[in-house]
Amino acid sequence: MSNLNAQEEGKSADWVPAGDMQEEISLEEMLKLPRETIFMTGSEAARESIRRANVDMAIAYPITPQSETMQQAGYLYDEGYIKDYYRAEEEIGAFSAISGASRAGVRSLTATSGPGLMRGMEAISSWPGARTPIVMLDMCRVINTPLAIQPDNIEISFLLDTGMLVLHGENQQDFYDFPLAAFMVSEEVDVTLPCTVAVDGFFVTHARGNVSIVDRKYKLPARDGWKSAVPAMDNENPPARLSRDAPIQKSNFISYHMHSSWQQEVFSAVERSAKYFDKYLGGLIEVVNPGADEMIIASGAAVSQAREAVRQEGEKGNKVGLIKVKTIRPWPRQQIIDAAKHAKTILVPEFNHAGWLHKEVCTTLYGHSEATIYNGPRVFGGMTMPTEMILDWLAEIRNKTGSKNLFV
Amino acid sequence: MSLDTVKPSPGFLEHLPIEYKDLIEHGPYGEQKKVTDMGKFKELVEEHPMCAGCAMGLFIRLVFIGLPKPEHTVMVGTAGCGRLAISQGNIPFVYGNYGDTNAVATGIKRGLELRFPEQDKDVVVMCGDGGLVDIGFQGLMHSWFRHEKFTTIMLDNETYGNTGGQESGMTQKGQIMKMSPRGKKDDKMDMMGLAEVANLDYVARITPTNPSRVVRTVRRAVMVAREFGATFIQAYTSCNIEYSIPTPDVMQDAFDMEKKNYGFEEKISDRAKAFLDEIEKKDKKKKKK
Repeated sequence: MSNLNAQEEGKSADWVPAGDMQEEISLEEMLKLPRETIFMTGSEAARESIRRANVDMAIAYPITPQSETMQQAGYLYDEGYIKDYYRAEEEIGAFSAISGASRAGVRSLTATSGPGLMRGMEAISSWPGARTPIVMLDMCRVINTPLAIQPDNIEISFLLDTGMLVLHGENQQDFYDFPLAAFMVSEEVDVTLPCTVAVDGFFVTHARGNVSIVDRKYKLPARDGWKSAVPAMDNENPPARLSRDAPIQKSNFISYHMHSSWQQEVFSAVERSAKYFDKYLGGLIEVVNPGADEMIIASGAAVSQAREAVRQEGEKGNKVGLIKVKTIRPWPRQQIIDAAKHAKTILVPEFNHAGWLHKEVCTTLYGHSEATIYNGPRVFGGMTMPTEMILDWLAEIRNKTGSKNLFV
Repeated sequence: MSLDTVKPSPGFLEHLPIEYKDLIEHGPYGEQKKVTDMGKFKELVEEHPMCAGCAMGLFIRLVFIGLPKPEHTVMVGTAGCGRLAISQGNIPFVYGNYGDTNAVATGIKRGLELRFPEQDKDVVVMCGDGGLVDIGFQGLMHSWFRHEKFTTIMLDNETYGNTGGQESGMTQKGQIMKMSPRGKKDDKMDMMGLAEVANLDYVARITPTNPSRVVRTVRRAVMVAREFGATFIQAYTSCNIEYSIPTPDVMQDAFDMEKKNYGFEEKISDRAKAFLDEIEKKDKKKKKK
């Protein structure tokens, strides 16, 4: 059912979807508007973002800690801010269906957490190649045994090489701002890719923070299904011949070349998205205390702990720098090289065991920095990272009293 | 409008192959073609790489003729023999991931409905028994229970033909196949029964023995799906390779199966029947004129 059939779902004949009364403005214009600051949860911040995103279709499937957000999206559908919405059978179904919706040319939203992301991974990994603009909110959660619902962002590492755009929000404000940018950038013609907006579950989704938002009477411009690298499959324009020609499906030199050139194009499109994120997010990275000898490079909720560590060190007269990485894909390689080139010590605090951000930072700075890049600090399995942990690492590094692990 | 998408600019027409010119000038767009007209119009799928004598190839050709509005139809398939022919048809085709057909079709149908509320856009899932009842079972069932407005056509060759003849949920009990070396232990899945449980408005079981009936069945299923919700056609399309059916005997096998356990059956809800009576009356009037 959709708003097209609202009366069958109990709406009166004179019901007007709330979305129809909103005024379309560009994201550039929206970013200039005055904002009201409200104390709200991350899920509520995402709801307010979706309310203003002119979403055509949202497909939900419950999983903690994501459920809260997509049931909020359900209320938005009921109010008429979203045109179609349903609860899917599970994640493969949800993510396959949302790819169908995107292929049909409508603005498409879904969301998940940890194990749900893993379940739907086959569908997700086919989105970029199908050139389907989709926004997927990802509220990170432990994925491996023993089962837990707690925050741990290991799942982001599985998305890094899919060809998806990946943003990692720090707090409730980012969970309002990032999805709006994600919709706009994913639908740019020279991008035409799905985008994940990840946040750390519970810390962001269920905790409250101040969020500055624009008036709800505004919404983003509607998606134009034909303004796309691979136009909508709607029989109103010639279809893309992707996976139509038999040679592509067989093992021969044509198929190898088709696949390799197609993948190259997907990953080039990821790079091309950088200029748009730069514009909408005010840079792919944020730098605090540039030029400091000691730098912390972080993404997600770890940025907040790092900010506090930077503040406390500042009170003690120590200048510690911070690089907040907003876009994991596109990866802000040059920006990080430039921002970290003076550093002698680099810490990479993370909320996962694998240290995927640490690996990215090491790969980026190899040959471009004299700094020692420490392998942590890290918490995982749902723990929060006390600011003291970052401060202790800094102290041990300065005093050369660190444990063996610290200096790996 | 959609027919225009296949029309080349006038300057290019003369440089195109004859097959393409025929498609534009003598294709089935804009009017429903009949089986008795085969040979007089350009079919949407003609050449395909299916095995010699494959009943599925014939059935797929007939499905394309049965589509009431091919110029506004999107097809969705998955891995399997069928997509080799379907992907050659002149209709947008999504060759998706394994078992995702009915979820993808859900999204496409709903999305197209939002964008084109005044224009009927048909979505048809056509894929094999394994793709639908094994790996795609969950998506299939949920699309039925949600009464999504598209047709699912199962190309039932009672095996995984494309991967080399493994047992599927639709293989007959006792049949020795790859992965059932001692014969299949369980019954063929009762998809007609499940379709009834899901309260579908139109369900049919068919073999390709009567081409006109295939075309009529496809048309009915698509028209009812457009109006009311999910519809289903279960079609016997034998695998002559894995079942070792000599090529000249493929149609005889279809007739035999029809007699034995694959008899034509249609289950139509009252509202769908009334709807079909109405449009078929109109069709007859048109013919008389």
